[in-house]
Amino acid sequence: MISADLNIILPEIVLAVYAMAALILAVYSGKDKLAGTMVWATSALMLVLAFWIGTTGEGSNAAFYGMFNDDPFSRFAKVVILVSAAAVMVMSEGYMQRRGLLRFEFPVLIALASVGMMMMVSAGDLMSLYMGLELQSLSLYVVASLRRDSAKSTEAGLKYFVLGALSSGLLLYGASLIYGFAGTTQFSGIIAAATEENISVGLLIGLVLLTSGLAFKVSAVPFHMWTPDVYEGSPTPVTAFFATAPKVAAMGLFARVMHDAFGNAVSDWSQVVALLSVLSMFIGAIAAIGQTDIKRLMAYSSIAHMGYALMGLASGTELGVNAMLVYMAIYVTMNVGTFAFIMSMERDGQPVTRIDALGQYGAKEPGKALAMLVLLFSLAGVPPFLGFFAKLAVLRAAYDAGLAWLAVAGVVASVIGAYYYLRIVYYMYFGEEPDEALDGGRSPVLMGFLMGSAVIMLVGIVNMFGVEGAAQAAAVALVN
Amino acid sequence: MESIILFAPLVGSLIAGFGWRFVSIRGAQWITTGLLFLACALSWIVFLSHGPETQHIQILRWIESGTLSTDWSIRLDRLTSIMLIVVTTVSALVHLYSFGYMAHDENFKEGEESYRARFFAYLSFFTFAMLMLVTSDNLVQMFFGWEGVGVASYLLIGFYYRKPSANAAAMKAFIVNRVGDFGFALGIFALFFLTDSIKFDDVFAAAPELADSTLTFLWADWTATEVVALLLFIGAMGKSAQLILHTWLPDAMEGPTPVSALIHAATMVTAGVFLVCRMSPLMEYAPNAMMFVTFLGATTAFFAATVGLVQNDIKRVIAYSTCSQLGYMFVAAGVGVYSVAMFHLFTHAFFKAMLFLGAGSVIHAMHHEQDMRNYGGLRKKIPYTFWAMMIGTLAITGVGIPLTHIGFAGFLSKDAVIESAWAGTAGGYAFWMLVIAALFTSFYSWRLIFMTFFGKARGDKHTHDHAHESPMVMLVPLGVLALGAVFSGMVWYGSFFGDHNKVNSFFGIPAHHAEADAGHGAADAGHGEEAAADHGEASDHGEAVAAADHGMAPQGAIFMAPDNTVMDDAHHAPVWVKVSPFVAMLIGLATAYWFYIVNPALPKRLAEQQRPLYLFLLNKWYFDEIYDFLFVQPSKALGRILWKKGDTNVIDGSINGVAMGIVPFFTRLAGKAQSGYIFTYAFAMVIGIAVLITWMTLSGGAH
Repeated sequence: MISADLNIILPEIVLAVYAMAALILAVYSGKDKLAGTMVWATSALMLVLAFWIGTTGEGSNAAFYGMFNDDPFSRFAKVVILVSAAAVMVMSEGYMQRRGLLRFEFPVLIALASVGMMMMVSAGDLMSLYMGLELQSLSLYVVASLRRDSAKSTEAGLKYFVLGALSSGLLLYGASLIYGFAGTTQFSGIIAAATEENISVGLLIGLVLLTSGLAFKVSAVPFHMWTPDVYEGSPTPVTAFFATAPKVAAMGLFARVMHDAFGNAVSDWSQVVALLSVLSMFIGAIAAIGQTDIKRLMAYSSIAHMGYALMGLASGTELGVNAMLVYMAIYVTMNVGTFAFIMSMERDGQPVTRIDALGQYGAKEPGKALAMLVLLFSLAGVPPFLGFFAKLAVLRAAYDAGLAWLAVAGVVASVIGAYYYLRIVYYMYFGEEPDEALDGGRSPVLMGFLMGSAVIMLVGIVNMFGVEGAAQAAAVALVN
Repeated sequence: MESIILFAPLVGSLIAGFGWRFVSIRGAQWITTGLLFLACALSWIVFLSHGPETQHIQILRWIESGTLSTDWSIRLDRLTSIMLIVVTTVSALVHLYSFGYMAHDENFKEGEESYRARFFAYLSFFTFAMLMLVTSDNLVQMFFGWEGVGVASYLLIGFYYRKPSANAAAMKAFIVNRVGDFGFALGIFALFFLTDSIKFDDVFAAAPELADSTLTFLWADWTATEVVALLLFIGAMGKSAQLILHTWLPDAMEGPTPVSALIHAATMVTAGVFLVCRMSPLMEYAPNAMMFVTFLGATTAFFAATVGLVQNDIKRVIAYSTCSQLGYMFVAAGVGVYSVAMFHLFTHAFFKAMLFLGAGSVIHAMHHEQDMRNYGGLRKKIPYTFWAMMIGTLAITGVGIPLTHIGFAGFLSKDAVIESAWAGTAGGYAFWMLVIAALFTSFYSWRLIFMTFFGKARGDKHTHDHAHESPMVMLVPLGVLALGAVFSGMVWYGSFFGDHNKVNSFFGIPAHHAEADAGHGAADAGHGEEAAADHGEASDHGEAVAAADHGMAPQGAIFMAPDNTVMDDAHHAPVWVKVSPFVAMLIGLATAYWFYIVNPALPKRLAEQQRPLYLFLLNKWYFDEIYDFLFVQPSKALGRILWKKGDTNVIDGSINGVAMGIVPFFTRLAGKAQSGYIFTYAFAMVIGIAVLITWMTLSGGAH
C-alpha cells in the first residue's frame, strides 16, 4: 500500500530530494559559483519530470487515503507549472548573472516552490492543500526579497509575507469552519456534506473564507493589492516567475477545491467567483491605464487575465474548466515571451522598466518590436492571435452556463484593457524618441523565448499543439 | 477543355493585375489577349462539336453545410455553349481592340501609371466572372458570377477615377444593381427553402410540384413558382437594365468604350435574359410572372427607343438602343419562346458590340468628342469605320428580304421576336410596342449614321481635319464582328427559330409533344385567341406529361411546356405581321433621311414646336429626377441624420465620454487606493470578505 502511494508521488519526491541535496551540496562546496550550473540542472530536471508526468501518467489514482490525487487534471497543471518554471529559470540565468543576483538559493527555492505547487494541484484534502500552499508561499516570500540590499525588493518580500500570512489565516479559518460543519477535511467527505439542498450556513461562510484565501493567491480583486507592489519591487526574473507558474498552480487549486469539494453546490459559489472575476477584469483593465512602469502594468495585466480565467471557473461546467486550463496555458506562454522582452530592456547594462523608454523602438529593433507587438495583441485578445481564442473559450463557457452578463462584462473590460496594450505598441512605433533610449539587450536566450512565444501565438491557432485535447481530458477528470 | 476556357481569363487577369511588373505592361496585354483568344477558339470547338446533351463537369466540392451540398461544376449544354462563344468571342475582340483604343489616354499620366495593365486585368477578370455565371451548375455559383461581373462593371465604369462623373456612374450602377440582386438573392433563398437544394437539376425537377404549392410572402399566400419567378426576374431587371432599374445603363457609358461594347452591350447586360432562359423549366409554371416579363420587356423596348430618338451623345444613343433591344429579348422569353430570346441575344451581341466598337473608333478619330452635333461628313475620313457602322446599322434596323430567311442578323432575330410576340399575346400590347420600337430603332440608328458620317462637318474644324482612321488592331475586330452581324442570323436561323423539331434537337429537348404540334396546322388571324381559350385544357395535359417525368429534371437546355405552342403559332403568323417590322424599318429610315439629309433644319423646328415632349424625351422621361426625389434625397437625409445625430452625437459622444471621462476617473481612484501601505491592503481584503459574504447571502446561496 505504502509503496503504491509513494510511487504515485514519486515526481514530487524526486524534486524535493533534489532540492535538499542541491542545497546541502551548494552550501558545503562552491556556493554561488555553482548557481549557474544549478539553474541549468534544475531546469533540466523539471523538464524531465514534466515529460515523465506528461507521458507516463494514466488514469486517476489516489494516494494516502485520498489526500493526494494523480489524475489528468493534476498532470496537465503540473506539466504547465514545471515547463514554465524551467523556462523562466533559463531566461533568468543570464540576467541575474550580469547583475550579480544569481545565488544558489534561487534554483533551490524555485524547485521547492514547484514541489509545493505540484502538491497544490494534486490536493485531495484540506491538509494537503494547506501544506502545498504554504510550501509554495514561503518559498516565494524569500524569492521576492532575493535582492537583499535593495529596499524595494525587501519591501516587496515583506509586504507579500504579511499579506500572505493574513490570507493564510483567512484560509485556515475557512478550513476549520468547513471541518467543523462537514466533519471531515477530505474533499470526498465535504462534497457529500455540501449539496445544493442542505448546505449549512457554516459551510458557506467557510467556503467564502477559503475562496478569499485562494483569491489572494491568484491575485483576484479585492485581494490583489499586493500584486503591483511585489511585481515592481522584485527582480524582474522573480516577477516573471510570479506571473507564470504560481498563477497556474493557484488556479488549479481553486478549480480543484471548487469542483472536488463543493462540486455539488455549484450555484452557491459560482456567483462569488463571478463577482471576483468581473471585479478583477475591470480593476485590472482600468488601473493599468495609469501605469508608467511596465512591470506594474504587467501586474495589472495579470490581475485582469486572472479575471478571465475565473470566468471559466465561474461557469461551473466541464467546458468552463476546460476553457480555464486552455486560458492558463496560453496566458503562461504569452507572459514568458513578454517577460523575456522586459528582461531585455536595458540601458548601459542597467534594467529599464519605464514604458516611455520604448519610444521608436520599432525603428531600432524591428524584429523584437514586431514580436512584442504580436504578444501585446495576443494579450489584448485581438484575432487571429492565440489570446483571442483563449478569451473566446472562456466567454463561450460563461455564456453557455447562463452567465451572459459576465461574458458581456468580459468583452467590455477587454476593450478597455486593449488600450494599455496598444499604448505600448504606440510608443514602440509612433512614440517620441526618448532621451534615454534603450540599447543592448540582445541575449540570444531571451530573443529565442520572445520570438518563440510570438510564433506560437500565430502558429498555435492551427491546433494549439494538442493542448486543447489534454485540457479537455483534464476537465473531464475534474468535473465528473 | 471547359476548365481551360473558364480559368484562362482568370489566370490572365491575375498575371496582368499583380504581375505586370514582371512581364511588363505590353507583356500583360499580350498574355491576357492571347489567353482570351485561346478560350475563344476552345469555345467555338465546344460549340460546334458538343451535342445538345447536358453534361456536368465537376471542378471541386464547394459548400457542405447542413442540407446544403453543392459542387462547383460546369453545366455544359446548348445554352452554355452559346453563351461561351458570345462571351469569349466578343471579349477576345475587345481585348484586341483595346490595344489601339487604350494606347494613349489623357486621363492618366503616360509612363507613370500602369493603367493599361489594370484595364486588361479588369477586362479578363470580367470575362472570368461572366464565364462563371454562364457555366454555373447551381444558383449560388451563378450568384457568384453575377456579383463578379457586377464588381468588374463597377471597376470599369469607374476606370477614369479622376472624373467625378465616372465615379458617380460606377456607384450608381452598383447601387441600382443591389436592388435587383436583392430580389435575385431572395429568389435563391425561396428556392432553397422550397426545394432544399440550389442545384438546377433539383430545382427544375421540383418545378411542377412548386406550381401547386403556395408560399407565404409579405401579406398573402402566393403560388410558389410565381413568387420565385418574379424574384428572379427582379434580379434580371437590374442586370439587364429593364424599366424601373434601367437608370444605371446610360450613365455606365462613362467607362471606356471597349468596356461599353463588352459589358454594357454584348455580355453582362444579357445575363438577365440568360437567367430567365436558364430558369425556363421554372418560368413555364409561372404564367402570370411571365406575363409581367412580357409587359415590362415591351414597355422597356418602347421607352428606351423613344429616349434614343433625341439623344446627342453617340454612346448614349447606342446605350438606349441596347436597353431597348434587351426589352425585345425579354418579350421573347416572356411569351415562352426562349430559343428566340437566345437568338436575339446571340445576334445582338455581334452587331451591338460592333456598333460600340465603331462608335469607339469614331470617338478615337475625333479626339474623344462624343457629341454627334459636332460630327458630320466623316464618311470619307474614316471609311472602314463608316462601313462597319453601316453594317451594324443594317443589322440592328433589320434589313433583309421580307418573307424569306435572307437578311442581316437583326432582321431574322428581331422579326422572330416580333412574330413570337404577336403569337404569344394574340396580337396585343407587346406586339404593337415592339413594332413601334422597331420604327424608332430604325430612326435613331439612321439618325446616328446620317449625323456622323453625312452632311457637313459641324464641329471643331481642327479636330475634323485631323480625324484619322483607327489602327489595324481596332479595325480587325470590327471586320470579324461584321461577319457575325451579316451571317449569324442566316446561319443559325433554323437552329433557334426553325421548325419545331430542329429547335428541339438543337437544344436537346426530347420531342414529346408531336401531337400538340399537329393540332395547329392551319393558321389564321384568330388562332391566338383559340390557343388562349383552350389553355386550361392544355395545361391539364401538360401536368400529366410533367407528372410522368416526375422527380427528373426536364432534359434539354431550355424547357417549353407541352402546352406552349407560341413558336409554332409564330411560324404561322399572317403575312402582315411578318412584314410589319420591315415596313416600320422603312418608315424610320425614310423619316431619318428626310430629317437629317433632305431638310436638316426640320428637327430643330419640330423640337421647338413640341417643346414639352422633346424635353420629356431628352430628360429620359424624368426617371433620374423622380428617383432623386423619391429615393436619393430621402436616403441622403436619413444618412445625414444618422451621421450627425447618431454617429457624431450618440456613438462618438458616448465613447468619448466613457473613454475620456469615466475610465480615467476610475483609474485615478484605483491609483489612490494603491497607497503602498500594508494596512490599506489588509483593510481592502477584509472589506472584500464582507462584500463576498454579503453577495453570497443576497445571490441566494445562503437562503
